Amino acid sequence: MVGYVGSRVLQAIWVLWAAFTISFLVLYALPSDPVSMAADGAGLGTPVDKAAVAQMQARYGLDKPLWEQYLTALGNALTGDLGRSINTGQPVTEAIGDAVPPTVGLAALALLLAVIGGTILAFAATYTQRPWLRNTLSAAPPLGVSVPTFWTGLLLLQLFSFRLHWFPAFGGTGLRGTLLPALTLALPIGAVLAQVLAAGLEQTWRQPFTDVALAKGASRWWVQRRHIARLASVPAFTIAGVLVGTMLAGSVVVESVFARAGVGRLTQTSVLNQDIPVVQGVVLLSALIFVGVNLAVDLLYPLLDPRITGTRRTRSARTRVDSTASGVTSVATTSTDAAKAARDA
Amino acid sequence: MIRSRHRLAAAVGALAAVATVVGCGSDSGGSGGQAGPPQPGGTLRYGLSQAPTCSDPAQAASNQTIYVARQIVDSLTDQDPETGAITPWLAKSWQVSPDAKVFTFELADGVTFSDGTALTADSVRDTFDATVKLGGAKAALAVSYLTNYVGTTAVDKLTARVEFSQPNAQFLQATSTPQLGILAQSTNAEPAEARCAGDNIGSGPFTYTSWKQDSSATLAKRVGYTWGSAVFGHQGEAYLDKIEFTVVPESGVRTGSLASGQLDAISDALPQDAPQIEATGGRVLSTSNPGTPFGFQLNVTRGPLRDQAVRQALLPALDRKQLVDTVLGPQFKYATGSLASATPAYLDQSARLAYDPAKAEAALDQAGWLPGADGIRTKNGERLSFSVTFSQVFAGNQAILELTQQQLRQIGVDLKLDLVSGPESTAKMNTKDYDSFYGNSTRADGDILRTSFALTGRNLSARGPIPALDEALDKQLATNDPAARAELLATVQKLVLDNGLYLPTIELSQAIGVAGHTQDVKFEASARLQFFDTWLSGH
Repeated sequence: MVGYVGSRVLQAIWVLWAAFTISFLVLYALPSDPVSMAADGAGLGTPVDKAAVAQMQARYGLDKPLWEQYLTALGNALTGDLGRSINTGQPVTEAIGDAVPPTVGLAALALLLAVIGGTILAFAATYTQRPWLRNTLSAAPPLGVSVPTFWTGLLLLQLFSFRLHWFPAFGGTGLRGTLLPALTLALPIGAVLAQVLAAGLEQTWRQPFTDVALAKGASRWWVQRRHIARLASVPAFTIAGVLVGTMLAGSVVVESVFARAGVGRLTQTSVLNQDIPVVQGVVLLSALIFVGVNLAVDLLYPLLDPRITGTRRTRSARTRVDSTASGVTSVATTSTDAAKAARDA
Repeated sequence: MIRSRHRLAAAVGALAAVATVVGCGSDSGGSGGQAGPPQPGGTLRYGLSQAPTCSDPAQAASNQTIYVARQIVDSLTDQDPETGAITPWLAKSWQVSPDAKVFTFELADGVTFSDGTALTADSVRDTFDATVKLGGAKAALAVSYLTNYVGTTAVDKLTARVEFSQPNAQFLQATSTPQLGILAQSTNAEPAEARCAGDNIGSGPFTYTSWKQDSSATLAKRVGYTWGSAVFGHQGEAYLDKIEFTVVPESGVRTGSLASGQLDAISDALPQDAPQIEATGGRVLSTSNPGTPFGFQLNVTRGPLRDQAVRQALLPALDRKQLVDTVLGPQFKYATGSLASATPAYLDQSARLAYDPAKAEAALDQAGWLPGADGIRTKNGERLSFSVTFSQVFAGNQAILELTQQQLRQIGVDLKLDLVSGPESTAKMNTKDYDSFYGNSTRADGDILRTSFALTGRNLSARGPIPALDEALDKQLATNDPAARAELLATVQKLVLDNGLYLPTIELSQAIGVAGHTQDVKFEASARLQFFDTWLSGH
């Protein structure tokens, strides 16, 4: 287990370093110079003062050779210093620190709504035996994924904020201010979840043990709840990383539409202004989140499904036996579940 | 838009007469007369279209930043939006030396900053010294106004003498801008970055109470404020208790929030939003920006644009009225000169810019550019084709340029659109890597022509010396007499078109959406907002 965790942590560190280096190279290879841009004061027609630009480049260390800038930036990053925003002068860590809590609140509520909505939808679609209802419900996830987040947000605002005055249209905080943006963000995520979960449920329903359980007199609902849901949730859990990505991308749009402060807005404005230190900070943050989520998923898998570490571990025969006992192969799972179903029923 | 922005009280009248400032604003904040007398109190909730970049007036460049920062700082002088005249504010009076190098200001007595310290001649010196120290990279506008600054002397407690090594006639108007607003020592002593965090101390009618970068800013009324500018509509304290600025980037959300009563006023109301705003009793206030209108700065060193005859022929080739009518709507004006009509010293060159495709074609024929097989003119195998580099700083740019492209096509000119991002646009501007560059600049002084066209200025046309133009540009900077200065600026405006340096299209307008109960939101001379007279009815 220690080796497994160690290799995953090393891999995470490697990914972070790669994200830092690649973003550094890409950002510094861009055609324009962020300092002249900032010095231009938004293109107001004044000639850029060369001495002032040189002074500011010196302040940001942009006059040094690229390798030196890289090493300095890497060294600083390791000590938690990501530099200052070229546009606002705010320390990058502070700008990001201010932006993270509202986005986390938004994302957490969105994830909650998505999990609830996605689960209900997937359950309903696979549980019902009416073909027309099943078809309608199955068509919902692709629709949810394909509707532009931007449009959903405006539509919700139009109805619930501008017309009904139930929720604030912009800058909202607390549950009331976060509900509409979270709902907007939850839609595509919930749709993806529903799709994956429904596929998993569908597949599990076709396993023979369900017939055994049903034959024993268990109700469909009972079987779905007690056996199928747990098995089908594994693939849904696997896509957590993808969902985090969708959420970060979605926050750029949602936070702009709902005028919320957050990581998405920070990303958008700093990319527009080519505020390299902030952009790089955001890239690092995203990498950190991805790595963190994937690491967490990797470390949690064994708890959900012991087969996953079981296949990696070769040293201890005993643990292998242990995991076999809890069902290393699909057949084993099915049979234990079937046995359980038979017993419970 | 993102960008943007004279002398003895006795000379003010003369300037006003010459300056021909065309009516600033078709509907600048009129209360309609039915609202009754102004009621003090209440909070104005304002929706900004972009995040202010910094709370420091000296470092403010974008309109949205200025809308906020302007309210906390007073300037030495003010500029009358109707006449363009420079009027007293913190300075009761001033003298300018005949060579326009020395400016002496007599400050009003009893003015204090919001931290309780008194305004003195030292404050003026410290403010200008600190501004120069901020540097052009942080305070581009302010530093450009202080070019050749030697220093400020406190002659006595309330007399400040500002000296320049070269004539600097534009400086007087510059003292009316927020960028040169007078700040307290506690702000002047801070480094550039710290001055962006929302604790700047000025003597203005409002003070900062909170600043959340990229999200919001709140201002509170300065109690005991009695030194308002003569341009203000009333004296004493501001009417509003508070102003809450919130950044609402999406225009549909700004409009919806205004119409549903969640905001009292918003920036950048789009033409298509006007019906929704008006349907709920609101209005869209608009005013034309002074400065240079939108237009093409033609790079005289590249392609067919090297030929002055071609550059000249383009002037009558554009149907500017159609550009405005088709793309922008009634609150916009088409360009009628190399300066926008709201700029003091503006010269009406509409005859020269009148739409006359036959004249354009004849000129091109005569210069040897004859239509080829595909309708595009050629000369010695070179096609009459050039590109225009632009960015989406103004939402209408793309549509305007597409229509321009069609209009030019009709006389056999091939225009290629080169849309670039903001950063790329700056990079290209700095290296002059384009055939023509599309943009505008806002400033309520004709000196913007020097900034844009002088050899030492931006010079996006990449021109070499043109003695008559260079001389007029220098001389206007050394001329205090408004009439004489306007004459020199008129020469500049003519020479800019004569040499085909600029192909003007439309004038930029500000469009501010206000709710029915929001009264007297006013534009100052540079088309930026002033909330001192603003009040809310029935709150």
